[in-house]
Amino acid sequence: MADPVAISVNQVSKKFGQGKDAFFALDQVSVDIRENEFFTLLGPSGCGKTTLLRLIAGFEHPTGGYIKLHGEEISHLPPFKRPVNTVFQNYALFPHLTVAQNIGFGLDMQDKPAAEVEATVTEMLQLVQMESMRDRRTDQISGGQQQRVALARALAPHPRVLLLDEPLSALDYKLRKGMQIELKRLQLETGITFIFVTHDQEEALTMSDRVAVMNKGQILQVGSPNDIYDRPTHRFVADFIGDTNFLEAELVESASDSAVVKLASGKTLKTGPTDAGLNTTVSITVRPEQAVLIEDLDSADLQGTVTHVMYSGTDSHFHIELPSKEEFVAKVQNAGPTRRDWKTGQNVGIKFHDNVVQIVAG
Amino acid sequence: MSEELQSLSEYELAARQQETKRNWLLCTPALVVLLLAASGPLLVMLFYSFLKSGDYGGVIYEFSLDGWFNVFLVRDIFDDVLQFADAHLSVFWRSIKLSAMTTITCLVIGFPTAYFIATRPRQSRNFWLFLITIPFWTNLLIRTFAILELIRNNGILNNLLIDLHLISEPIQILYTDTAIMIGMTYVYLPLMILPLYASMEKLDFQLVEAAYDLYATRIRVLRKVIIPLIKPGIVAGSILVFIPSLGAFVTPRVLGGGKNLMLGNLIQLQFDQGQNWPLGAALSITLLLIVMVTLLMYVRYAQNSGAKNG
Repeated sequence: MADPVAISVNQVSKKFGQGKDAFFALDQVSVDIRENEFFTLLGPSGCGKTTLLRLIAGFEHPTGGYIKLHGEEISHLPPFKRPVNTVFQNYALFPHLTVAQNIGFGLDMQDKPAAEVEATVTEMLQLVQMESMRDRRTDQISGGQQQRVALARALAPHPRVLLLDEPLSALDYKLRKGMQIELKRLQLETGITFIFVTHDQEEALTMSDRVAVMNKGQILQVGSPNDIYDRPTHRFVADFIGDTNFLEAELVESASDSAVVKLASGKTLKTGPTDAGLNTTVSITVRPEQAVLIEDLDSADLQGTVTHVMYSGTDSHFHIELPSKEEFVAKVQNAGPTRRDWKTGQNVGIKFHDNVVQIVAG
Repeated sequence: MSEELQSLSEYELAARQQETKRNWLLCTPALVVLLLAASGPLLVMLFYSFLKSGDYGGVIYEFSLDGWFNVFLVRDIFDDVLQFADAHLSVFWRSIKLSAMTTITCLVIGFPTAYFIATRPRQSRNFWLFLITIPFWTNLLIRTFAILELIRNNGILNNLLIDLHLISEPIQILYTDTAIMIGMTYVYLPLMILPLYASMEKLDFQLVEAAYDLYATRIRVLRKVIIPLIKPGIVAGSILVFIPSLGAFVTPRVLGGGKNLMLGNLIQLQFDQGQNWPLGAALSITLLLIVMVTLLMYVRYAQNSGAKNG
């Protein structure tokens, strides 16, 4: 059974500018974010993910629709009246305050008694392992440490929801990996709902319980990382996350939980379900590692000529030109059982496993 | 190996010395101008303040403490009894009071103005700054007379208020301390706005958002985040307004009439009608000392309150 909803976004639009310069940063977006969830908004820059986060934080107000927090409408409350805190991309630590004063700021502003502030600050410093930096100035600590202070500062008032705006983008690769694990640990320990914004698909897949993929002010798909990767419903989603191949096919059968398409080769394939009309041309997608290369051209779903072989250590990538002049890329594990040393110019058969091909919209 | 290193560092040392010499050479013109134009006249003043006053102005080259004596004390013309120079003290007091009030008024008006400019889109900020500097294009005296025209009994402001039936008699603003303050606020306001703007422009507005996010109300964001962060601008602006206000001459002369003297006028009087140059010189040095002491106190206060905040 799913947890109750923490944040409910209903038909929310955000228009910037007026008249012909008007621009919809968000266009009637709806999504429910559950309690205790690590929820990620993923998309390219300008897709509206940061705008959605700022609407939830209260820095912007929607021009349409409403946002509810635990059933209570908050769309027009100012940020200081929302039990929601933000970790900013550049941390936004107060340079005139010490580490401890930064962490205690939210509690001070809520007029909590000094002893309670002190205790919570100590607890937070322990949580992010920064006890020894207590009285440092914020410009005397490293980027990774600033990140921890920013997290502790946002967590100290025990918000219902924590918003994180690309908090790892300023860190180098190694630190980023460490902080990913750290963030996940903090989320489990505190039990607070995390809404995480990123443009890094790998980060989104490794950390999230659920991901919403956004583009051009709309949420295209919401699902678990596995759903998003294996069962993309939209061309943009399949393309944005990982590598993939797109092919054209004709929809010949459609049921509620599956469909059948006919490929250019005349072979039919079972796919995931679709809303598309029967006998129309649809786009199908299949991941490079989900195709198997075989010698037997007759039993293959597709066939083509190897034009290019790229060796990349763990895998080899075979670029294959299909009769329709479309390019298909297959990825084969070099240590795997299906390994064969296909040469450029050789004809190969491509075989798909059941249920790996998806029909995508757009 | 170590010899090599040593010779290298010797070479570097020599190069550095040469560079220092070159830099000194570069600032020689500035140093000469400063010495001649700032320290020179000051030394002359100091020298004059210890001389005897000539009968028709000027000085007699004889040592005397009369100038300094007269700054604080007066000898009664009738019975030679020594008394505090009440007139001088009240001028000192009025100067400090009016300058402080001018500084506060400039801060109160300048702060929102600077905030407004700093929050405009980057391209339009220069336009607003340009508007701020427009008053500098006209001569101070002319601008002061324009204010006089505005506030005098039969002037624009009073006539307007009478036409609107808000008052029946003109309000006496001209030739009061209020008039001097209005004038000085007008004249020195840009000197407050510009440094305030400079430090607000550098303010990271994400910090303001962070404070809002952490339950700070608008007034607390101002007190706990914005003001502490732009304090250097507040300090610079206050100094730039307070110091010239203290020595202001034209504005109090035109808008204060004859009776509301400020220090600048008092000093001018000694060199002109008063024909007591040593007293004028001593008053000038006293003004300088007041400025220095006030400045030191203010900077120390600003530093301390800065340290308290972190």
